[in-house]
Amino acid sequence: MALIEINHLGKSFGTLEVLKDTNFHVDQGEVVCLIGSSGSGKSTLLRCVNLLETPDSGEILYKGENILTSKMNINTYRTKVGMVFQSFNLFNNMSVLDNCIIGQVKVLKKNKNVAHENAVKYLNKVGMGNFLHANPTQLSGGQKQRVAIARALAMDSEVLLFDEPTSALDPEMVNEVLNVMRDLANEGLTMIIVTHEMNFAKEVANRVVFMDRGIILEEGEAKEFFNNPKEERTKEFLGMIRK
Amino acid sequence: MNLIPLVLSNVSLMDKAMKVVTQYQSLLIKGAINTVIVALIGTIVGLVIGLVIGAIRFVSLSHDRKDSKITVICKKILYFLTSCYVEIFRGTPMMVQAMFLYWSLKQSLNWTPYFAAICIISINTGAYMAEIVRSGIQSVDKGQNEGARSIGMTDMQAMFYVILPQAIKNAFPSIGNEFVVNIKDSCVLNCIGFAELFFQAKSIQGSVFDYTGPFLVVGIMYFVLTFTTTRILGIIEEKMNHTHSSIPASDTTANSIQRGGF
Ligand SMILES: Nc1ncnc2c1ncn2[C@@H]1O[C@H](COP(=O)(O)OP(=O)(O)OP(=O)(O)O)[C@@H](O)[C@H]1O
Ligand SMILES: [Mg+2]
Repeated sequence: MALIEINHLGKSFGTLEVLKDTNFHVDQGEVVCLIGSSGSGKSTLLRCVNLLETPDSGEILYKGENILTSKMNINTYRTKVGMVFQSFNLFNNMSVLDNCIIGQVKVLKKNKNVAHENAVKYLNKVGMGNFLHANPTQLSGGQKQRVAIARALAMDSEVLLFDEPTSALDPEMVNEVLNVMRDLANEGLTMIIVTHEMNFAKEVANRVVFMDRGIILEEGEAKEFFNNPKEERTKEFLGMIRK
Repeated sequence: MNLIPLVLSNVSLMDKAMKVVTQYQSLLIKGAINTVIVALIGTIVGLVIGLVIGAIRFVSLSHDRKDSKITVICKKILYFLTSCYVEIFRGTPMMVQAMFLYWSLKQSLNWTPYFAAICIISINTGAYMAEIVRSGIQSVDKGQNEGARSIGMTDMQAMFYVILPQAIKNAFPSIGNEFVVNIKDSCVLNCIGFAELFFQAKSIQGSVFDYTGPFLVVGIMYFVLTFTTTRILGIIEEKMNHTHSSIPASDTTANSIQRGGF
């Protein structure tokens, strides 16, 4: 059974139909990369998955349970599906450490000491263990993004969603973030990643999904997808990216 | 030649002022204390009112596609009611509010001028603070809220732990300014017999039969109060902007490259 399964999802902003009958799934331990041109609906799909956007129609099954209709609390669901944003969105009024603690204490109701230990563990994991008491505004983009990943991990998420996590970074910082993500993939964490880093997708993704104008046009096993794209639009897109 | 009467009158003004200071010292100090107390309490209570009303106004203005019809109607009503409060108290002089509220509620509440003064300045400041808080909330990046929601915080938690602290920090200069304004504008509360600085000047003037001495002294006292307050607020603001500067500089370069702990 898929960990997350999306069936016939529809989403419009006013008259603009952004998602049209979208079907999508991710299995436990799978890394899926979402690619596609600007405005094709990648972010919208990802934001629907953790309900930052409410879909107009269709269903989102989490472990077989439809989260749009079930009694499952949305906030409980969100703790299991972590999100890493292009613009980091770290809490600027808290230290790096508190960024990773507050959710555990206020949402998961964990004991402060346990939360502290857990936060330190994940901050070490992303190589930010020496910045516990720094303020996010003092960090570089790559450092902020690694803290954001630690913040999501500290919630014991089962899936991480990444929306262009390296697009706002200076080129020399892209790798420090991709390296962290690569390690997480190797550890078997389930991830859905919207990215323009094709080499990373080719190397790390199990499956690549190509979106075009609100529909999933093509998907496939990563190597096969990049070496043998079937659709014209896919070939066009990959050709453009390679230039 | 023309200078002589001017100098003479200045000398006598200084004499008059000195006389006021020496003879009515305790009245003046009492007035100054009352002025500071009413301004301080008014600002603090006003801020609390402003936080509540400002947050309500912000939330009731935000549209959410998930809102049910009832929620939308509630939001409209809340926005209308809070707008009435804000507009009325910002759109009429505090002196008029003081006279009207003090006398119209005197029968039922039987309140003292002192207590009434604190209530009136608080309610008045609350109306200004509500707008300060609301624009403070608006100045916080939308991503902060999304970050909070993405780790499962409720709207209330996001507001309380993430957004309001940043809104207050952003709005601190305006909040401090309200305090300074209150030190000066609390003088209108003399109209209900509250014994603040201006009230004392008026009663001193009544017994010495001179306007210039008492009001020069009181003017200087007001200036010292506002000037000192402004400096103190400036220092606090400076401090707030330089917190968290405790990481050693060496960390910054060494660890951005190294990835440890796997
Ligand atoms: N909140 C919103 N309100 C109105 N329109 C929106 C909103 N969010 C997205 N859109 C529109 O929906 C379309 C799809 O947007 P989306 O962000 O999902 O694209 P994307 O594939 O992530 O593109 P990009 O690569 O530029 O991030 C765009 O035309 C965008 O303008
Ligand atoms: Mg996007």
